Amino acid sequence: MIHLTIDGIPVEVEKGTTILQAAKQAGITIPTLCYIEDLLPDGSCRMCVVEVTNNGRSKIDTACTLQVSEGDEVQTMSEKVIDSRKKTLDLLLSDHNVHCFSCEANGDCKLQDLCFEYGLEETSYEGEMTSLPKDESNKFFSYDPSLCILCHRCVNTCTEIVGRAAIDTMERGFQSVIGAAPEKVWAEGTCESCGNCVQACPTGALSMKRRKKYRAYQVDKVVRTTCPHCATGCQMDLIVKDGKIVDVKGADGPSNRGLLCVKGRSGSFDFVDHKTRIRHPLIKNKETGEFEQATWDEALDLVASKFSEIKTNYGGDALAGFACSRSTNEDIYMLQKMVRAAFGSNNTDNCARV
Amino acid sequence: MKITSIEALKQHRKKVQEAVNAYTCRILVCSGNGCMATGAQKIYDELSRLTADMMQVEVEMQKDLPHVGTLKTGCQGICEYGPLVRIEPYDYQYVKVQVEDCKEIIEETVKNGRPVTRLFHKDGEEVYEHPMDIPFLKKQTRIVLENCGNIDAESIDEYIAAGGFSALAKAIGEMTPEEVVDEVDKSGLRGRGGGGFPAGRKWKQVLRQEEKERYIVCNGDEGDPGAFMDGSVMEGDPYKLIEGMLIAGYAVSAENGYIYVRAEYPLSVKRLKHAMAQLEEYGLLGENILGSGFNFHLHLNRGAGAFVCGEGSALTASIEGKRGMPRVKPPRTVEKGLWEKPTVLNNVETYANVPKIILKGADWFRTIGTEGSPGTKTFSITGAIANTGLIEVPMGTTLREIIYDIGGGLKGDAKFKGVQIGGPSGGCLVDKHLDQPLDFDSVKKFNAIMGSGGLVVMDENTCMVEVARFFMGFTQRESCGKCGPCRIGTKRMLEILEKIVDGKGRMEDLDKLKETADFVRARSLCGLGKSAPLPVISTLDTFRDEYIEHIQEKKCRAHVCKALKNYVIDPDKCKGCTKCARNCPVNAISGNKKEAHVIDTAKCIKCGNCMNNCSFDAISIQ
Ligand SMILES: Cc1cc2nc3c(=O)[nH]c(=O)nc-3n(C[C@H](O)[C@H](O)[C@H](O)COP(=O)(O)O)c2cc1C
Ligand code: SF4
Ligand code: SF4
Ligand code: SF4
Repeated sequence: MIHLTIDGIPVEVEKGTTILQAAKQAGITIPTLCYIEDLLPDGSCRMCVVEVTNNGRSKIDTACTLQVSEGDEVQTMSEKVIDSRKKTLDLLLSDHNVHCFSCEANGDCKLQDLCFEYGLEETSYEGEMTSLPKDESNKFFSYDPSLCILCHRCVNTCTEIVGRAAIDTMERGFQSVIGAAPEKVWAEGTCESCGNCVQACPTGALSMKRRKKYRAYQVDKVVRTTCPHCATGCQMDLIVKDGKIVDVKGADGPSNRGLLCVKGRSGSFDFVDHKTRIRHPLIKNKETGEFEQATWDEALDLVASKFSEIKTNYGGDALAGFACSRSTNEDIYMLQKMVRAAFGSNNTDNCARV
Repeated sequence: MKITSIEALKQHRKKVQEAVNAYTCRILVCSGNGCMATGAQKIYDELSRLTADMMQVEVEMQKDLPHVGTLKTGCQGICEYGPLVRIEPYDYQYVKVQVEDCKEIIEETVKNGRPVTRLFHKDGEEVYEHPMDIPFLKKQTRIVLENCGNIDAESIDEYIAAGGFSALAKAIGEMTPEEVVDEVDKSGLRGRGGGGFPAGRKWKQVLRQEEKERYIVCNGDEGDPGAFMDGSVMEGDPYKLIEGMLIAGYAVSAENGYIYVRAEYPLSVKRLKHAMAQLEEYGLLGENILGSGFNFHLHLNRGAGAFVCGEGSALTASIEGKRGMPRVKPPRTVEKGLWEKPTVLNNVETYANVPKIILKGADWFRTIGTEGSPGTKTFSITGAIANTGLIEVPMGTTLREIIYDIGGGLKGDAKFKGVQIGGPSGGCLVDKHLDQPLDFDSVKKFNAIMGSGGLVVMDENTCMVEVARFFMGFTQRESCGKCGPCRIGTKRMLEILEKIVDGKGRMEDLDKLKETADFVRARSLCGLGKSAPLPVISTLDTFRDEYIEHIQEKKCRAHVCKALKNYVIDPDKCKGCTKCARNCPVNAISGNKKEAHVIDTAKCIKCGNCMNNCSFDAISIQ
């Protein structure tokens, strides 16, 4: 075990731990923009610098890459550290098309948060800004290079976590931009539109088109639920504003670890408030041929009586139960149980083939 | 033919040495980049044509080692005087050879052994018959370049005749891998790619890894503009490089090696491929080399044309087919390099030093160079110097010796202003550094880096602000774009420098420039960003007055910065001939006939037409 202090707090961690991990363990937050837990550090944002003194020698380096050494005295908020972070932000801001009023990410932007925290109102530099056009080619989200800070969270998410490797940094120097090879345009690459990159983006550079207008601080509640699309059981958070779902985010569930697929992210909440959605049971009026609103009891009684009738007249094997794959495992289990125990039939299946 | 044992290698060497000695005459045409650019191919073709029927006389001996052979050698080093032709056994060095000279060379020298005196290099009264008489070559110590220019770069037999692969045979036959590593470690050989990390220590670290699958990688990316040392080795003596890599492979038990060659070096690629094929044919690459059970396979990769791909982790990423982008360390390349396996990654010149160290021992190597940086260093000298070219000198040689004794001083005896060392991200050495011995450690103290060894000599006609701007433009374009300090910081510095050379600078820009430079140097992720501000830092340090002149007086003393040039007519010299006015494309010159003319600086676009046309020398730049 290695012993060190972080902001005066003694910490004991395993050899090979980085200072960033050790600080987390000690409950101290070090700001990051590019860091993704569980992946090798990208190390590109330079925000997580700390000052480390050992044996009378001190240096400033990134906490995500520095491994702890015995006797390290780490300062996460020394004057030099703050100065360095300010300069980092100053440069990032000098190539950031600041328009927070109309930016979707306002209130939910790490760059904005950090500039606020470090008292940076505007950049001290004059000079060119990236002026490449927005990439709207993907049906589900857009990419605005003028807001991109090139933290590569999107690239690392797509490559290392999603495993798709659809995007990468293109060009070099100041012209660098995120895009899909070979033509840079998102829709022409191998992207499957899962949108996990969008969720990983700390700024407004990547944003969902489907997302309704809301600010992070206007959210009434967040509802943790299971994605209705397949049996994987991905956990998702529905974002609710004024009683309406305005957005969805992948939540850290055991089977999805924060990821969602294209259907889960982009096809799972619009229908909730759709005007043609059936919101209560309907029973067809035999006389008029029209569906009429009924209560659940009436509807279920009707279905049960029809099932019983068939079973009595033709035997259990005349009945079958077929579950929709968009049901949860628990619901599907209950259905087959009903088919076997109540219907007395083995004719049961499920359409999940994914 | 396979050479399957150390004994067989010895036998073969004897045979080829006899054949080499049987030459009646050899014509060595330099085919280095410099000479190729000045027409060496034509000379080679012409000499081949003229000797064609002479060859027929000795057809039998034609195959491997022709009796009268026209060979393409690597760089002979005095590029300034190319195309170069050397004739053996007379050891005549002909310079600036033209196609028309070939006939005389054949008639006089090849057929009759008489020199063509007018083709010798001359300096004043002095005439130099033999290459080693020429001060440029005489003052050098050639270890890495010993064969360059002396053997046929496309003949493995010539390399073997010159003692090639005896170091490999010694390592495999007489030493354990650990002993090889120890010898390299003891020699104090430091990486020649710029950083100067001890090669032996690197090899030791790889040898220590638990993972047994290991790789040898050679960095031949040589991205510094103006540098051509590694290219010269790969073109001129590819065998030595490969032998060094083979020894490294044996030393750390690696079975695969990769050479990553700069995209712009097609000749290096060709020569290396050729050499690799020959080694495979002889069984010196492949399985069970020299019957020792040691296997080694070599692969060649062409660079992606990006400067940053010379950085170790970007280079391995590029070999793996990914975008060449540096990554953070740890893990280091010795732990997880190519394909995430322990990897020895060294520079071309580093490997090329290894055979001699193994053959002659670490103690011998340490007698050359300085205590902290043993051995030699190759440099390519370019710019405002009399003799541009490729040189190899012991570490610790002073800049004065390099520039004046070897380089022949500045072109046109101009005044020395500085030397850019270490490429676009290096620093500038000036007068006060002239007598300082140059090695890895000393150069660092001068706010510069050894880099790979590019030396660009600058005279008084160089504007240091423009130099800083030029290099910043390069590093900005070449930044991989990964980290903010480098990607945006170099852009902001470039913008400030552009403002200053445009005459729009303000004094506070200098503070911002320095502040940004320090920040980028301290906070960038990889060596590119960390060293990109060096030209700015070192010129701001040494030539601050020039920056201030640009800003306050709107003056560029070297008359380089276009926006700050002012064309002025001297009323005393002007005869009023109106020629200048007639030649000005924007009608900026006014004046009556036979009266002094005046230039309206607001209109002037600084094209210089007026000055070029004035018959009375009345116009100057101020
Ligand atoms: C931007 C950048 C460019 C580099 N280019 C080269 C190069 O062209 N050739 C080279 O040998 N080393 C280059 N290096 C140094 C390599 O990263 C590495 O240190 C070297 O190849 C290791 O070999 P050595 O120890 O034998 O010098 C470069 C480093 C950086 C940061
Ligand atoms: S949407 Fe998914 S597949 Fe497409 S780039 Fe983003 S993470 Fe990769
Ligand atoms: S798009 Fe977002 S996540 Fe991707 S690099 Fe830009 S800022 Fe980072
Ligand atoms: S310093 Fe420059 S070249 Fe190196 S990682 Fe950062 S952006 Fe890329």
